[in-house]
Amino acid sequence: MNHWIIAPVILPAVLGPLIVLWGRFDMLLQRVFSGFAVGALLVLSVVLFVSTLDGQTQHYALGNWPAPFGIELVLDRLSALMLVIVAALGVLVLWHAIATGWDRKGWHFHSLFQFQLMGLNGAFLTADAFNLFVFFEILLIASYGLMIHAGGKARLAAGLQYVVMNLAGSTLFLFALGTIYATTGTLNMADLGARIAALPPGDAGLVRVGAVLLILVFALKAALVPLHFWLPDTYAGAPGPVAALFAVMTKVGAYSILRLSSIAFGAGPATDGLMEDLLWPAALVTLAIGAVGVLGARDLGRLAAWSAVASMGNLMAALALPGGAGVAPALYYMVHSTFAGAAMFLIADLVASRRSEGLGLHPAAAMAGGGLLGLMFMAAAVAAAGLPPLSGFTGKLMILEALTSRPEWPLAWAVMLGGSLLMVVGFARAGSVLFWKERDPKAAPAGGKTSADIPADPDALPAEAEEPRVQTSLPAPRALSLTAAPTVAALLLLAALSALAGPALTWAEGTAAQLTEDTRREAHQPVPRGMGAPLEIPTGHGEGGH
Amino acid sequence: MSLGLIVLLPFFGALLPGLLVRAGRDTAAIGAGAVTLLAAIGVALNAPEVLRGGVVSQSLPWLPQAGLMASFRMDGLGLMFAGLILGIGLLIILYARHYLTKQDPFGKFLSFLMAFQGAMLGIVLSGNVLMLLVFWELTSLTSFLLIGYWRHLPEGRQGARMALGVTASGGLAMLAGLLILGHVAGSYEIADILAAGPAIRSSELYLPALILICIGAFAKSAQFPFHFWLPQAMAAPTPVSAYLHSATMVKAGLYLLARLWPVLSGREEWVWLVAGTGLLTMCIGAVVALFKDDLKGLLAYSTVSHLGLITFLFGLGTKAAAFAGVFHILNHALFKAALFLVAGIIDHAAHTRDLKRLGGLMRLMPLTFLLAGIGTLSMAGVPPFNGFLSKELMLEAALEAGHAFGPLIPVAAGLAAAFSVAYAGRFLIHGFFGPVRHDYPEYPHDPGPGLAISPLVLAGLAVAVGLMPEPIAGGLVRLASGAVTGAEIDTHIALWHGLTPALGVSMAALLGGAVILAAYRPLARGWAATPRPEARLIYGQIETGLRRGARALTAWLLNGALSRYLGVFLVVTLAAGVWALGGAPGPETRPMLAVPPGVAVFWALLVLGSACVVAFHRTRVLALVAVGIVGLMVSMAFVYLSAPDLALTQISVEVVTVILMLLALNFLPKRTPAPEGAGPRAWQMGAGVIATLTGLGAGALSYALMRRDFAFEPISDYHLANSVPGGGGANVVNVILVDFRGYDTFGEITVLGIAALVIYALTESLLGGPASRRLIAWTPDQARAGDRHPLMMVVASRVMMPIAVLVGVYIFLRGHNTPGGGFIAGLVMAIALLMQYMASGFAWAQARQKIYYHVLIGLGVLIAGFTGIASWAFDRPFLTSAFGHVHIPLLGDAEIASAMAFDLGVLLTVVGSVMLALASLSRIARRAGGEVLSGLPAPHDDDAEDRR
Repeated sequence: MNHWIIAPVILPAVLGPLIVLWGRFDMLLQRVFSGFAVGALLVLSVVLFVSTLDGQTQHYALGNWPAPFGIELVLDRLSALMLVIVAALGVLVLWHAIATGWDRKGWHFHSLFQFQLMGLNGAFLTADAFNLFVFFEILLIASYGLMIHAGGKARLAAGLQYVVMNLAGSTLFLFALGTIYATTGTLNMADLGARIAALPPGDAGLVRVGAVLLILVFALKAALVPLHFWLPDTYAGAPGPVAALFAVMTKVGAYSILRLSSIAFGAGPATDGLMEDLLWPAALVTLAIGAVGVLGARDLGRLAAWSAVASMGNLMAALALPGGAGVAPALYYMVHSTFAGAAMFLIADLVASRRSEGLGLHPAAAMAGGGLLGLMFMAAAVAAAGLPPLSGFTGKLMILEALTSRPEWPLAWAVMLGGSLLMVVGFARAGSVLFWKERDPKAAPAGGKTSADIPADPDALPAEAEEPRVQTSLPAPRALSLTAAPTVAALLLLAALSALAGPALTWAEGTAAQLTEDTRREAHQPVPRGMGAPLEIPTGHGEGGH
Repeated sequence: MSLGLIVLLPFFGALLPGLLVRAGRDTAAIGAGAVTLLAAIGVALNAPEVLRGGVVSQSLPWLPQAGLMASFRMDGLGLMFAGLILGIGLLIILYARHYLTKQDPFGKFLSFLMAFQGAMLGIVLSGNVLMLLVFWELTSLTSFLLIGYWRHLPEGRQGARMALGVTASGGLAMLAGLLILGHVAGSYEIADILAAGPAIRSSELYLPALILICIGAFAKSAQFPFHFWLPQAMAAPTPVSAYLHSATMVKAGLYLLARLWPVLSGREEWVWLVAGTGLLTMCIGAVVALFKDDLKGLLAYSTVSHLGLITFLFGLGTKAAAFAGVFHILNHALFKAALFLVAGIIDHAAHTRDLKRLGGLMRLMPLTFLLAGIGTLSMAGVPPFNGFLSKELMLEAALEAGHAFGPLIPVAAGLAAAFSVAYAGRFLIHGFFGPVRHDYPEYPHDPGPGLAISPLVLAGLAVAVGLMPEPIAGGLVRLASGAVTGAEIDTHIALWHGLTPALGVSMAALLGGAVILAAYRPLARGWAATPRPEARLIYGQIETGLRRGARALTAWLLNGALSRYLGVFLVVTLAAGVWALGGAPGPETRPMLAVPPGVAVFWALLVLGSACVVAFHRTRVLALVAVGIVGLMVSMAFVYLSAPDLALTQISVEVVTVILMLLALNFLPKRTPAPEGAGPRAWQMGAGVIATLTGLGAGALSYALMRRDFAFEPISDYHLANSVPGGGGANVVNVILVDFRGYDTFGEITVLGIAALVIYALTESLLGGPASRRLIAWTPDQARAGDRHPLMMVVASRVMMPIAVLVGVYIFLRGHNTPGGGFIAGLVMAIALLMQYMASGFAWAQARQKIYYHVLIGLGVLIAGFTGIASWAFDRPFLTSAFGHVHIPLLGDAEIASAMAFDLGVLLTVVGSVMLALASLSRIARRAGGEVLSGLPAPHDDDAEDRR
C-alpha cells in the first residue's frame, strides 16, 4: 500500500497544529517547522509526480472502505501536477514572507499557511465530491485568516467581501451536492460519472441542475465574470505573499471544473457538453473584462489582480473547448499563470515596501533598487501579457491553436489578442510611472488614493488597526538581493517553462489523454435501484483484537 | 558557426556590459564590440555557402506541436540584413561610447543595445515565422527600453510607451496573420511557406492573413497610419535612433514583406494594400519632413518617407521593383545612419538640434559638413551618390506601374522625390550655410575621432556604392533580391542608363526641390497655418479615452457594494439552474408525508422566525433572537424526523453561536446601518425580488428532490448494512462521522480549529492597532443591569459545571452506538465552560484555566491525525478503524474502537475552538473596561491587574 499518496495532506495537517502547539511564541521555531514542511512537501510532490509518469492512476481508499462507499483519493498526472504547483509556490511564497518579515506582522501565519497547503492538496487529491467540499472549506477559512493577516481597516473590509462571497459559494456547493446525491445516490466522482452515464431520462433535468450549480461554485472560485467581484479587492488587499499564494486559489476552481467535467459529467448524455456551453461565453467575457481592468487600474495591486482575472479567461476559454481539445494547453497555461501571477504580486509587495507612494500609479520619489525591480516587473508583465519570450507566449500560442476547434474562433482570437494589447498598454503605462517617472522631491506630495483606500465597511469590527501602505518615511526595507530572490526564482521558472514548452506540452497531452481514458474506463454500468446485488462486507474491518 | 549560436551571441553579450562596466566604460564597449565582431565572424563563416546560392539552415524543436521550431535560416536576404545589423552595430557601439556622458549608465545602455541586436539578428535569421515573431516582439521590448533610456525625460517615457503600444499590437495582429498563414500552408517553416505560394494565394483566408500580417509590418516599419510612433521615438539617445529607428528595426517590417513576397504578392489586393500604403506614406513623410525644425524630427519623417518608398517598391510586385527595394534598404541604411550620427554630433557640439538656432556651421565644423553633405545629397538622390541609384530604379518602377495603374503613381513618386530634395537641402543649407552665428547654446566644433569614425565609414560606403555600384554592392543586392523573388535577377546597377524617362523625372524632382526650398518661408507659414490631424495626438486621445473608459467600467462593475455582488451571483445561479433544468423534472415517485397539526405549528414558527430575521434585520439583537428561534425549530424538525444526532448537534451549535454572537454584539452598533452603494429604492426592491425568487427556487429544488427517489442504489444503504459489522458501532451517524467518512470529519475539525485561530489572530491585530485606543475610551451605549453577575446564576452555573461535563463524557462514550459523539460532547462541555465565563466573569474563569485553548486545538487535531496515521503501522490506509471488546473488571464487557481516539480529537478541538473564540472576544471586552466582566467580590480581584 502506497501511503505516500496522502502524505501531502497529512504533512501540513500535522505540522500546522504542531506549530500552534510548540511554536506559537517563537518565530524561529515556526519558520523552521514551516520551512521544513514546504521543503519536504516539494520533494514529496516531485516524487509523486514522477511516480505518475507511467500513466497509472493510483487509488487510496481511506479507512479501507471501498469506493464509492468510503472516501477515495486519486493520484493521477493531473493531481500530481497540482501538488507540485502548490509545493513549489509554497516554497517561493514562504521564502518571500520570511525574507520580508511579513510572517511577523500578525499571529499564526505559519500554521495558517500549513493549513492552506493542506486544504489545497486535499482538494487536488480527493476523488469524492463531498470531500472536495470539506477541503474547499479548509482552504477558504485558512485563506481568510491569511488574507486578513496583519489586519488593517481596508484589509478587513476586503476580507469581509471575500468571506461573504465564498460562504455564498459554499452554500451553493451544498445545494449542488444535495441535488446530485438525491438523484444519483453517490458522491464518488467516478461512480457519479458511471451513474450519470446510465441515468434514466426522467432524472436528467435535476442532475443537470446539480451539475450546473456545482460548476457555478467552481466558477466563483475561478473568478469567472460575472462571479469575479470578490477577486480584485481581495487580492489587492491581501498581504503581498498571501496574494501570491492566492494565485493558485483560482486554479482550484479551474481544476475542479476540469476534474468533474471529465470524470463525472463528461460520461453521459445528460451532462456532456454542459460545461462548455456555460463557460465558453463567460471565459471570453472574463478575458475582456480582465484586460480592461488592467488598463484601468489605479494601483499595482489591482493591476496584478485584474491580470489574474484575465489569465483565468484564457485558461477557461481553453478548458471550454469541445472534446477536451484545449485541456493540454490549459494545463500548460495553468502552470504559467500561477507563477506569473505570483511573481507579479511578489513584485508589487517589494515595490510597496520601497515606494513613497505605495502602489498608486502616480509619480513618487525615487525608489531604492528601482532598476532591478523595474526589470523584474517588465519580465512579469511580459509573461502576463503573453509576449515572447516567456511562457505566456508559448501558452497563448497553444491556446490560439486549440481555439480553432470552435467555429467562432475568429472572435475568440480577436478577444484574446485584443486583451493582450490592452494589457501591454496598461503594463507599459504602469511600469513607466512606477519605475521611470520620479516625482521631484521638492514638489508637494501627490495626494491620491492608493490600494489601501478600499471603501471601508462601516459595519466592520470597531477597529482600524492600520498597516498603512502610504508612508511618508518608509522603514528601511531589507536588501533587495535577499527579498527578491524568490521572485527571481519564479521568473526563471517561467523562462524554463517557455524553453521546455515542447516537452511540457507533450506531458500535458498525456495527462489530458489519461483524463479521458479514465473517464471511459470508469463508465461501467451501475445497478439501477431495486436490482442491487447483495452488499459485500470489505475485508480489513472488524478484526480488532481482544 | 551555427546560426542559432550566432543569434544567441548578442544575448550573451547583453549580460557582459553590466559586469564589465565596473572595469570602465571602454572595457564595456570593447566587450560588447568583441561579441558583435564574433557574431559577424560567425555570419562571415557561413557567407560562402550563401554566396554560392545555397541556404544555410538549422532546426531544433521548441514547441513542435504548435509548429514553433527554433529554426534558423540564412539566404541572401538574411545575409545582407545580418551584415547591416552587425556592421552598423559595431559602429554604433563605438559612437555611443563617446556620445553618452559620464552620468548616463553606459552598462545598461549596452546591455539593452546588445539584447536588441540579438533580437534583430533573430528576425532576419529565423527559419520559422513563429520564431520570427518571438524575435519581432523582443525588438519591440528592447526598443521600448532604449527609447525610455533617459527615463527622466517625459518625451522618452511617452515615446517608449507609444512605440511599444503600436509595434507590439502590430505584432499581435501579425501573430494572428502568421497563424492563419501557417494553417493554410500546413507549416510554419519559412521554406515550406515559400513553397506553398499558390495554395496560399488561392485560399479564402488569403485576405485576412494579408491584412493582419501587413498591420504588423506597417506598424513596425512606421507606415501610415502607424507612422507617428517613429518621430516620438526620437527621444532616444541618437545612437539608438541611428541604429534602431533608421537602419535596422524599422526595416523589420520591410524584411517581412520581402520575405513573404513570393507568397503574398501576385494578387491585386497586395498591390493596392502594400504599394498604396507605401506611396501614401512616402508622400506624407516627405512633406512633413520639410517643415520639421528638429534635425532628428526631420530625419525621422524622412525615414518614414523612405520606408514608404521601399514598401511601395515591394508592393508593386515586379522583380525589378523588388530589386530596387532591396537596394534601397542597403542605401538608406548607409546614408540615413550617417545623417543621424551627424545630427548627434551637431547636438553634442552645439547643444541644440533646432534648425532655427543653427546655420553657418560649415566653417566651424568642416568635417561634419562634409559628412552631412554626402548624406543629404545621397538622401536627395543626387548623382553620383548611392541614393541616386536606387531612386532612379524606384522612378523607373513607378513609371512602369503608371502604365498599369494610372499616372497618379509616377506623379506622386515624383512629388515625393521633389520634397525629399527639398528637405535634404534644408538640412544642409539651413544647418551649415549662411553666416556664423553668435548665439549657439554652445560654441560648435568638429568632433574627435571617437564620434567621427562611424559616420565617416558609413558616408564613405555611401560614396563607394554610388561610384562603383556593381563591384561593391551589385552581387550582394542581386543575391538578396534573388532570395526575395525566388528567381535569378539580372538587373545591373549603373550610374548612367542613358536618357531615360526616369532620369527626366529625377531632374524635374531636383529642380522642383530647389524651387520648394527657395519658397520655404511662405510655405512654412502656410503649413503652420493649416490645421491638420496629428496622429500622435489622436493616439494619445485614444489611449487616454480607453483608459478612462476602462476605469469607469471597472469602477461601475466593482462599486464595493456587497449586496450587488450577491445579487448578481444569485441571478446567475437562478438563471443557470432554470436553464439546466430545461423543463419539468420527471414524475414524483415518493408520496407526501402526512402533516399533523402539531407539526404544522412548528413549521409556522419556523417560517415566522425566518420572516422576522428579514423584517428586523436592522435591529441586530432581535434578528439574533429570530435566528435562534429558527435554529430551535430546525432542531425540533430533526427530532420529529428521527434524527436525534442532528437535533443534538443543531441545538448545541445554536447555543454556542448565539452566545458568541451576543458577546460580539456588545461591541457593535445595535442597528445595522444601510449599506453604502445599495442604490435607490428601485434597486432595493429589485434585490428583494431576487432574494424572494432565490428562496422560492431553493424551496422548489428541495421539494423536487424530496418527492423523488434515488435513481440508483444510494451508498447509504451500504453504510447502514456495514455500520455494526464493519464499523463496530450501532449509531450509523457516528460511524459515518468517525469511520466511513472520518476523513471529512478530520477536515471539518481542522476548519473549526483554523476558525478559532483566525478569530484569535484577528482580535490580536485589532488590539495592537489604533482600535485598541478606541476600545479603552469606549463607553457602553446600553444601560447595564444592576447586578452583572447574579448570585443565583453564579451558583447554578458552578453547580451545573461538573454535571454538564459528566453529561459530555457520557455523550462522548456512548456516541458510537447511540446518539452522541465527540462533536456534540465537545459542544456540551464548551457550553458548560461558557456559562462559567458568563456567570462569573472572564477574569474569574481565566484565572482557573489550566490549559491554553491553543493547546487543546493543536492536541485535538493531532490526536485525530495520529489515530489515522496509526493504521499505517498495520499497512492499512489512513483512518482505518479497528475495534474489539475488552473485559473491564467490575464494569463488565466494553467495546473499544480506535474511532474513539479519533472522536476524542474531535472533542478536544471543538472545546478548544469554542473557548478560544470566546476568550478572544473577551479580550476585546477587557480592553474596553476590565470591570465589564469582572466577577463577584473575590478575596483577590484578578481584574485589578488587568485594568492597568
